[in-house]
Amino acid sequence: MAEASKIPVTVLTGYLGAGKTTLLNRILSENHGKKYAVIVNEFGEIGIDNDLIIGADEEVFEMNNGCVCCTVRGDLVRIMEGLMRRKGKFDAIIVETTGLADPAPVAQTFFVDEDVQKNARLDAVVTVADAKWLSDRLKDAPEAKNQIAFADVIVLNKTDLVSKPELAEVEARIRGINPYAKLHRTERCKVKLSDVLERGAFDLDRILDIEPDFLEAGDDHDHHHDHDHGHDHDHGHSHGGLKHYHDEDMQSLSLKTDKPLDPTKFMPWLQNLVATEGQKILRSKGILAFTDDDDRYVFQGVHMMLEGDHQRKWKDGEPRQSRLVFIGRELPEQAIRAGFESCITT
Amino acid sequence: MSDFDPGDRPSVVSLTDRVRPVAIGAAVTSVHFLGDRAAFVGAEENVALIDAEGAISKVETHGGGILCAVSDGKRLITGGDDGKVVALDAKGVVTQLAVDAKRRWIDNVAVHPDGAFAWSAGKTAFVKSGKGEEKTFDMPSTVGGLAFAPKGLRLAVAHYGGATLWFPNMAAHPEFLEWAGSHLGVAFSPDNKFLVTAMHEPALHGWRLADNRHMRMSGYPSRVKSMSWSPGGKFLATSGADTVIMWPFASKDGPMGKEPGMLAPLQSRVTVVACHPKQDILACGYEDGTVLMVRLNDGAEILLRRPGSSPTTALAWNAKGTLLALSDEDGDAGIFPL
Repeated sequence: MAEASKIPVTVLTGYLGAGKTTLLNRILSENHGKKYAVIVNEFGEIGIDNDLIIGADEEVFEMNNGCVCCTVRGDLVRIMEGLMRRKGKFDAIIVETTGLADPAPVAQTFFVDEDVQKNARLDAVVTVADAKWLSDRLKDAPEAKNQIAFADVIVLNKTDLVSKPELAEVEARIRGINPYAKLHRTERCKVKLSDVLERGAFDLDRILDIEPDFLEAGDDHDHHHDHDHGHDHDHGHSHGGLKHYHDEDMQSLSLKTDKPLDPTKFMPWLQNLVATEGQKILRSKGILAFTDDDDRYVFQGVHMMLEGDHQRKWKDGEPRQSRLVFIGRELPEQAIRAGFESCITT
Repeated sequence: MSDFDPGDRPSVVSLTDRVRPVAIGAAVTSVHFLGDRAAFVGAEENVALIDAEGAISKVETHGGGILCAVSDGKRLITGGDDGKVVALDAKGVVTQLAVDAKRRWIDNVAVHPDGAFAWSAGKTAFVKSGKGEEKTFDMPSTVGGLAFAPKGLRLAVAHYGGATLWFPNMAAHPEFLEWAGSHLGVAFSPDNKFLVTAMHEPALHGWRLADNRHMRMSGYPSRVKSMSWSPGGKFLATSGADTVIMWPFASKDGPMGKEPGMLAPLQSRVTVVACHPKQDILACGYEDGTVLMVRLNDGAEILLRRPGSSPTTALAWNAKGTLLALSDEDGDAGIFPL
């Protein structure tokens, strides 16, 4: 089935109490003319009558391939199969996860299961974060950090409960983990639904606009110089008004080149990289320009799983630039950079 | 995969013109015979009953998606996303057998020759005996498949990490057959000696029940969704490859240490298989809509339907083996008199 005709799936994550249910209720009650099938972990929290709300069991199954990070949501495989009986009765699917869930098994379900993959595509991982408590949770809850690292879209909620410096602080911490997600500041999850739903193709194009968006986060010129020596030893610095945190545990790495990549070198390198370092790599994505290829190639991955395809022709005047992003733990930065360099056509 | 091109093989006899077309007009997920009436199970709400003259009567069985269906030849039992377990007989009479208290999806159903039936919702398996007694059993994870043993009231339940054999009428603790991975379908061999599960990985797993010895049946390019025993249980025919994979079960060791047979190779994946109830022939349907009838001993093929627009999803023989019902996903169906 063509990518475009697959049903888009939004994965909604967020730590306990961040406001996932508030956002979900908004999505379901707002008059947008779309019908959503919603897979929730707690029945009853949703105050809307909809026969396409399905309770899930959050069963995480290991795949039988000896790889411990290849986990899928077994219940989701079953639910997706059942939902396909009602194809045409809904436009999109939203999967809500529990506050303590690791988003990887959910995302991987959409890569690894052939039937799920045939009918649905992962549209975006949307993480709702609590502006008041996220900084604390990033220190004591690895789940919260995973959810931020995985996000394509972050809804930073309850901004009315924090001061401006506190908001700058939490945003800097988010950016220290994931500089690439689209961030929306909200009160009571008041965000335009078009900013969180049906973002299309995992918002790959967005990684071309990383820097502007990143800089925007520091537009309130916070000159507070922070040396946070909490137990996780984060380091905060201010560089010309922009506060940076370097999370010791989770990093991101972006690579780019204006020269074309050699597909016969690049693909084996990427596959080998995720096969050997996939446990550390939470998310990977890229837009690639290959030698003698007029099509843009796009890919995305979760841990060891990759999916990619020719997306469209490069437009006239569009710079044929390749960009890759990796988010993960203890990323072997030098090795990744060197490997990438070796794939550039000279 | 072979480079076989159906157009180049003169030996393939075509009987496509003998298949009586039936237009169901809605998505079809399976077909079952109730006597000589074919019951085409829709993806949602309705079952279409076809009488001897080919007239279609649609019967509403569920207020939503129909998730599972099974038949003993006398009645069709279905489970739906409306939380209901429903029986339909050849006359078109619908009986509600059970409703889930929490309106959970009914993911699986099974029927026993003595009238007992079973269903599952989430992690819970339910059995209602012929006398109407209901028993429940909670599994360690969501139930992937249900099957009654051919003898005695014994239910096999496939789930994550293996399968459980449960005797609903006995106090004894259920027997757990362990095998890592997610098990999504289950079947007993007709001689009651083997249990086979279809896994989430493209593989089958089997246990010889006398000593619980393991049998791994792998090598499929995709998940096995359709399994059918040949008469007497000599072979287990399966979907999932570009040919029908036939596991030999005639000897006491089953397929252990043996290569499977391969029948009817095409450049398309087998989606559904149905062995004839009496003779050594089977019908198989493909992802491209092709339907073939194949003789087991020499692999001779007869073409019943040419490639169409959607995958074959339903195949079934009546008990006498005189009629074959077939349908593709879009409900473009047919009846073939043998």
